[in-house]
Amino acid sequence: MNWQSALDPHSANARHLADLFWFFTALCAAIWLLVVAALLRAIRHPGLAGEQDPPERQLRKSRIVGALTALTVLILVVFTAASFYTTRSFAWPDMNTLRIKVTGQQWWWQVEYRNHDASQVLTTANEIHIPVGRPVTLELHATDVIHSFWVPDLMGKQDLIPGRTNYLTLQADHAGVYRGQCAEFCGLEHARMAIWVFAQEPSAFEAWRRHALMPNTMPDGGAAAKGAYIFVHRQCASCHAINGSDAAGQTGPDLTHFGARATIAAGTLHNTAANLDRWLADPQAVKPGANMPKVDLSAPDRAALVAFLEGLK
Amino acid sequence: MSSAWARFALLAALLLAGCEREKRVYSGQPATNPAGELYQENAYDVAQGKRLYTWMNCTGCHAHGGGGIGPALMDNRWIYGGKIQQIYRSIRDGRKNGMPAWKNRLTDQQIWQLAAYVRSMGRYVRKDVAPSRDDALNSGKAESRRERSAPLEPGR
Ligand code: HEC
Ligand SMILES: [Cu+2]
Repeated sequence: MNWQSALDPHSANARHLADLFWFFTALCAAIWLLVVAALLRAIRHPGLAGEQDPPERQLRKSRIVGALTALTVLILVVFTAASFYTTRSFAWPDMNTLRIKVTGQQWWWQVEYRNHDASQVLTTANEIHIPVGRPVTLELHATDVIHSFWVPDLMGKQDLIPGRTNYLTLQADHAGVYRGQCAEFCGLEHARMAIWVFAQEPSAFEAWRRHALMPNTMPDGGAAAKGAYIFVHRQCASCHAINGSDAAGQTGPDLTHFGARATIAAGTLHNTAANLDRWLADPQAVKPGANMPKVDLSAPDRAALVAFLEGLK
Repeated sequence: MSSAWARFALLAALLLAGCEREKRVYSGQPATNPAGELYQENAYDVAQGKRLYTWMNCTGCHAHGGGGIGPALMDNRWIYGGKIQQIYRSIRDGRKNGMPAWKNRLTDQQIWQLAAYVRSMGRYVRKDVAPSRDDALNSGKAESRRERSAPLEPGR
């Protein structure tokens, strides 16, 4: 897994941004060194106080100042042009690619694969799977406050604004898992609002997509079946949907194939049975303020829910 | 006590009152609030209730308080009573003629938060506690800017 870093680009766009960064840094560093050198020289060879320069020396001095001012303006123009041309190409989304709607909400991400054919629409949360080597267009929405989508290895950031759609094109050169993060302060749990991009070879991506589209089969015995019953008949189903069950809540993350996810609650915990038990015992102790309430559940009921949810592969 | 000290004490009291305004209890019900009264004194709980009002699609029957299939919630007429405990019971257990029971679909704390929010629709809560913003575009007045409805009237 790659730890997120804008200086470790894994796509053409991220590389352009990193190049831009190094260009700025190198030029500014060179200018800084020259200024410091000039300063040191001035300290070493101070002019005499009150001494009047001869006219030809004064003329040379003002020429130097004039030339340096012009050079500063030129450098600023070059910087402006470089950032304009680098980021301009990002602004035009390609609408003929795979389109994924990403909705930011306090404090998790809903991910919906768009398709004209309703049977191919796929909803998941906190994870985006994409095929490598192909541009993917993200449609960015928000339901409550402004969030910002940022997967530094793959692309610069883009805001998600309530009532408005922004676009971002994502492309990964190599298969891998790239971490992303909400990059606009959005309230209490902003720091625990991560997202993962899984870039896969096209065939692996297609296999994942086919599988993810299928409803989960409901367990027909044991603890998992009890868990399924509790899930549908207790509070869980008011907020969560599971394709294949009667749970159809729309306000929390869709939990279809939840057992296959890497993390719980937008990167807050690794998805293990022990952690899921902790999450269900009291989400507010794990992620205080999160919009999932503490539901009073006995330990056996919790174990049944864990068996059920972890079995949703 | 000098008047400077009195002023300082007053300011401190006002600031501390601000802390209480949206004090947050994330899980379960505070022991100090057995009758649920305090939910309507707390801006955080009222705001959570407002979010749940949309999340649970209360708007489907009650609109934004004006009513539709179900009765209006922002006037002073209450079939089953307009006190917070009565509203809580209407939401928790449901009422005949179509109001569903929410007791297995929401937690107790959430039902109290919803009841507190319903109280804010006719501004039966303090102005500084009623919500002042909306997540979605809304042409109506924010709850905090509404006039308080007439005193509660029993029966239809
Ligand atoms: C009032 C709505 C609500 C209820 C009721 C609710 N949840 Fe949640 N749940 C949420 C929200 C919102 C999140 C996302 C929290 C976050 O990450 O900030 C969540 C997250 C989760 C997650 C992690 C999902 C992921 O992909 O990371 C699981 C698992 C879960 N809930 C299971 C349950 C179970 C089991 C119940 C019933 C005991 C339940 N929830 C009841 C709203 C709810
Ligand atoms: Cu954020």
